[in-house]
Amino acid sequence: MGRITLDKVRKAFGDVQVIPPLDLTIEDGEFVVFVGPSGCGKSTLLRLIAGLEDVSGGQIRIDGQDATRVPPAKRRLAMVFQSYALYPHMSVRKNIAFPLRMAGLDKAEQDKRVNAAADVLNLTDYLDRRPGQLSGGQRQRVAIGRAIVREPAAFLFDEPLSNLDAALRVGMRLEISELHKRLKTTMVYVTHDQVEAMTMADKIVVLRAGHIEQVGSPLELYRAPRNLFVAGFIGSPKMNLIGGALAAQHDATTIGIRPEHIAVSTDAGDWHGTVGVSEHLGSDTFFHVTCEGIAEPVTVRVGGEVALHYGDSVWLTPDKSQIHRFDTEGLRIA
Amino acid sequence: MARAVSTRRKIATTALAWAIGLLIFFPIFWTILTSFKTEAQAIANPPLFWGFDFTLENYAVVQERSNYMRFLWNSVIIAGGSTLLGIVIAVPAAWSMAFVPSRRTKDILLWMLSTKMLPAVGVLYPISLIFVQFGLLDTRGGLIVVLMFINLPIIVWMLYTYFREIPGEILEAARMDGAGLKEEILYVLTPMAIPGIASTILLNFILAWNEAFWTLNLTAASAAPLTAFIASYSSPEGLFFAKLSAASTMAIAPILILGWFSQKQLVRGLTFGAVK
Repeated sequence: MGRITLDKVRKAFGDVQVIPPLDLTIEDGEFVVFVGPSGCGKSTLLRLIAGLEDVSGGQIRIDGQDATRVPPAKRRLAMVFQSYALYPHMSVRKNIAFPLRMAGLDKAEQDKRVNAAADVLNLTDYLDRRPGQLSGGQRQRVAIGRAIVREPAAFLFDEPLSNLDAALRVGMRLEISELHKRLKTTMVYVTHDQVEAMTMADKIVVLRAGHIEQVGSPLELYRAPRNLFVAGFIGSPKMNLIGGALAAQHDATTIGIRPEHIAVSTDAGDWHGTVGVSEHLGSDTFFHVTCEGIAEPVTVRVGGEVALHYGDSVWLTPDKSQIHRFDTEGLRIA
Repeated sequence: MARAVSTRRKIATTALAWAIGLLIFFPIFWTILTSFKTEAQAIANPPLFWGFDFTLENYAVVQERSNYMRFLWNSVIIAGGSTLLGIVIAVPAAWSMAFVPSRRTKDILLWMLSTKMLPAVGVLYPISLIFVQFGLLDTRGGLIVVLMFINLPIIVWMLYTYFREIPGEILEAARMDGAGLKEEILYVLTPMAIPGIASTILLNFILAWNEAFWTLNLTAASAAPLTAFIASYSSPEGLFFAKLSAASTMAIAPILILGWFSQKQLVRGLTFGAVK
């Protein structure tokens, strides 16, 4: 079991309020991702749940029990840190066994669980090495192994992949998702990378300056961002946000249209513009088109290779059903 | 880019370093040399560097007159005891300063260090009175406590510097893994800080071993360490340089040997944090 409830949880460092009173429920078995730009308080929120920081107000409940003043060791939570935080003086085996040793399990049971975890994480050959002799990906696996052996109520991940190179990150992302499917344990995952959030989460919590901007499934956030911040933050490349007269035509202050919802034509369309820089990814091509009457270049996503070049004249037509409308406050108009 | 250093400059720097090193070592060398001379040759003018009659007689006389082993044992107990007691007290203190600093931590550290600026003689009277009151005069236990307090600021300061190098996330990981404060310090922090703790122990052992002011003033016979052993040859027999030198050599030999074998560790310890 691992249901985590935050009830008006607040955190201030001195006079600076980092997290204003905030409510959030993380259901048992859910994969929840906290996402937001750096400094938005997502790591602080995770550390409050872990008990590594004391709350300034409010209550944290784990499986219905008040855990607000419970020390981290007693919360039945396991954490994976960005820096891996392995014990450098212990072998991989001892690192993974450490929480079991602290829990007072006998040696035979420790060995059994360590071997099982090592098997799952492909670490069997490295059990007698020190962390210093492992690669980044292997270290991260040891950190995950150390977390899973104690069968916690929930896993907390603090930007666990940001120290890995791009290729490894994609691999580890899949491994963590796979692990979640298998263990069905609650996972709370902090990242600033919205791709990680979209691909892994059951539920995304978008944070800005300690406030929750929106909570929802990845597709909910993608299809119906509640405000301009979420609209701009979720999706890659980001949504085109257009103000002025074009927005007024749709009875809005700002309209948003995702790059994949714009059709490109060389003969006719709604908006006329000039092709700027294009990015060819093979499967997709992104064009940055400067349009008449639109301040920012419009990003357009086209499948495969398209023969358009720098300086070409094009017509863009947004899919009307996919236009997001926002009011003067930046809130979504239904 | 590495700075280009000419060979001539390298030779000059090396020669200078050797010259300074030899200058510093000279008094020790002279003491050792004198201890092998006869009393007459020891005070010969001009001084004799070679060609004197090599003799071990001074050592025999010193050994005959006083019980070297008892002084040595006292030194070991007092220096070792005060250092270990200091470490036991300083590890938790340095832990709290390094990992849960408050706004006053820096001030406390400076204040602790500032006590080292107080001339020891300034507190001789009160400490002597306390010793008399509690019957601690000429006891090893009393000296262990005093020397521990004298060196505690240095121990705390050194350990604090080492602990600061240990990433806080590792200790947090230990906390998440179910370690209490005791386990965190015992199983995670201390093993990681072993090199630092070792050099702290070494340096403070040497400092306590060489400490002369308190050991001379607060001991008489039964707790007297090697400093008192040397002193006993200087006052009544001031002119017997050869015997005094033999006693001194015997007193510094253990710590000199210890220092020689641990010099790498000591240098690393003292520059830890400054050079990484």
